[in-house]
Amino acid sequence: MIDEMETMPAEQAAGKAQEKFYVRFTLPQRYLHAVLFTSFLGLAATGLPMRFSENALARTFASAVGGFGAILFFHKFCAIVLTLAFLYHLKDIATRAFVNNEKGLFWGPTSMVANWKDAQDLVGHIRWFLGLGPKPKFDRYAYWEKFDYWAVFWGMIVIGFSGYAMWFAPFFARFLPGWALNAVLVVHGEEALLAILFIFSIHFVNTHLRPGSFPMDMVIFTGKETEEEFEKKRTLEYQRLAAAGKLEARVGDKPVYWWVNFAKVVGTIAILIGLVLLVLTLIAYFGGG
Amino acid sequence: MQDANGKNVGVDADSFHASIHGGLSCSDCHISIKEYPHPEKVAAVKCETCHEEQASAIGGSVHAKASAHPCTSCHGDAHTIVAKSDPKSAVYPLNIPKTCGTCHANEAMAKKFGLQNVYSTYMDSIHGYAVSKEGLLVAANCMSCHGSHGILSHKDPKSPIARANVPETCGTCHGGVKDDYADGVHGKAVAGGNMKAPVCTDCHTAHAILQPTEATFRMQSTPICGSCHKDQLATYRDTFHSQLGLLGGYVETARCWDCHQAHKVLPASDPHSPVAQANLVATCSRCHRDANLSFVQYQPHANPHNRKLNPALYYVRTFMNLLLWCTLSFFTLHTLLWFLRSKREQRENGHAEEETHD
Repeated sequence: MIDEMETMPAEQAAGKAQEKFYVRFTLPQRYLHAVLFTSFLGLAATGLPMRFSENALARTFASAVGGFGAILFFHKFCAIVLTLAFLYHLKDIATRAFVNNEKGLFWGPTSMVANWKDAQDLVGHIRWFLGLGPKPKFDRYAYWEKFDYWAVFWGMIVIGFSGYAMWFAPFFARFLPGWALNAVLVVHGEEALLAILFIFSIHFVNTHLRPGSFPMDMVIFTGKETEEEFEKKRTLEYQRLAAAGKLEARVGDKPVYWWVNFAKVVGTIAILIGLVLLVLTLIAYFGGG
Repeated sequence: MQDANGKNVGVDADSFHASIHGGLSCSDCHISIKEYPHPEKVAAVKCETCHEEQASAIGGSVHAKASAHPCTSCHGDAHTIVAKSDPKSAVYPLNIPKTCGTCHANEAMAKKFGLQNVYSTYMDSIHGYAVSKEGLLVAANCMSCHGSHGILSHKDPKSPIARANVPETCGTCHGGVKDDYADGVHGKAVAGGNMKAPVCTDCHTAHAILQPTEATFRMQSTPICGSCHKDQLATYRDTFHSQLGLLGGYVETARCWDCHQAHKVLPASDPHSPVAQANLVATCSRCHRDANLSFVQYQPHANPHNRKLNPALYYVRTFMNLLLWCTLSFFTLHTLLWFLRSKREQRENGHAEEETHD
């Protein structure tokens, strides 16, 4: 229903009023998300059998793909891919901030950095859940989107550091105290478990599966959203741009039909893999794996 | 030549003279037969007349009550019997497994006496392979461990395979390992009468004897040590070594004896122990090439649940768990409420998107 406009073949859509599309994510940002979720799925699929290695299914899976050697190799491979993606993102932020002198990157309504309004929005949103007040109007990034971003940011530093500390333990042992060599495994495993449970349940539902976005929010794949979506979901940003007369500058091309379908297939597969892993993780965790 | 029952009683003169009994005359053994034609019933030949020592050993053995002839069922026909050093002998070292297997590889037989059918397990082992494929005379055959005439149950303390005697029995061939074992805590415990301590067969098994480098052996060994060392197994299981090792296919992961040694197991307080503080770098660097003094501060048996022993690890784990559960609880509730509210909105307005028009 929601994606009707996007999924409809051009001939059919031509009958309807031509809708405007607004750019939310750039192409590199969309690729970054794709690299992020493919490598994350790879890391989760190979990391979980290690975390729950006493679980029978974990062992069966591990033997099926070539034993621990294969699992660890693939885990490290995905880790390098994700590290490169993370470094690319840092470089991108640095370029935008210090080369392009982009305003509002670190502070303000379009920044990823949390501010007082996010706290107000959280409270307001919960009040709305309970029927105690109106629904808050959100800006470019809502508080839960900022949380998703920073959770991943923090997670990459923590899981990445602890992972490399295990990979190159003798080297890291030069600066880390003895107990830290023990702690990195606990930190790596617990933080990864948090990331897996969070992404495959909270992020999936909040961003993709909840009513209004179900089955998935296509904006991260196409980079564009309709005017209706833009206005409803990111009301304050829309209104600010409209008031400043800058709305036209954000207009983009209508997403290509084949690309939308391709993204839907990939996205659905990713979500399904994630949900399967979520169920298995919960079984292993509460089943005493 | 047949008797009244149709049984062949003929003796081939050539093979009899070639046999080890060839110098004897018929009546030396068949002492009850004095006239011809022979009486209806003849007394059984008594081998013990000459082989007294062997006969008395059999008398006290597990085979004492066997219904089959105590001598010929293993040695074969007394008229064609050859010396045990002759490759044709049924009790020539290389023929022993087959000879014992006549009964012991027989499923019905094994079942009748409550025995495990270990013949095929043995034949697939390194000992069985050495005997059957390589023809190695010094390799262990059944007799090497169980004895020959005076075979006793392993429950009999005089048996060479009684728990207390196993190290000595295996040590007949594996002398160096026996000495190492005797110097280690397990050997000393067994020598001191503590029969809970492991002997050779607890880890290596008696008949299958897997190669310690084999994946199967490496996979099954840790729980064996853990059956006594429960706390150590539990803490080991929390480590990367165990997580790796349990998945299989990566058998190089450190198992108990990779660090503690297999035979000469010594406490960490002993300067000769590979896990003594001074030897840790050398021990760890067998796998971790760049292991250094700070690296070996890693505790392979740290317990994150024990605040007194591993305070830092305990607090790290507690913090991570709190972070995990607080984040997940808050957002699960948040998402659930949001979901329900959106659903209600959808029902009331007939369209999910309407929610944002509030």
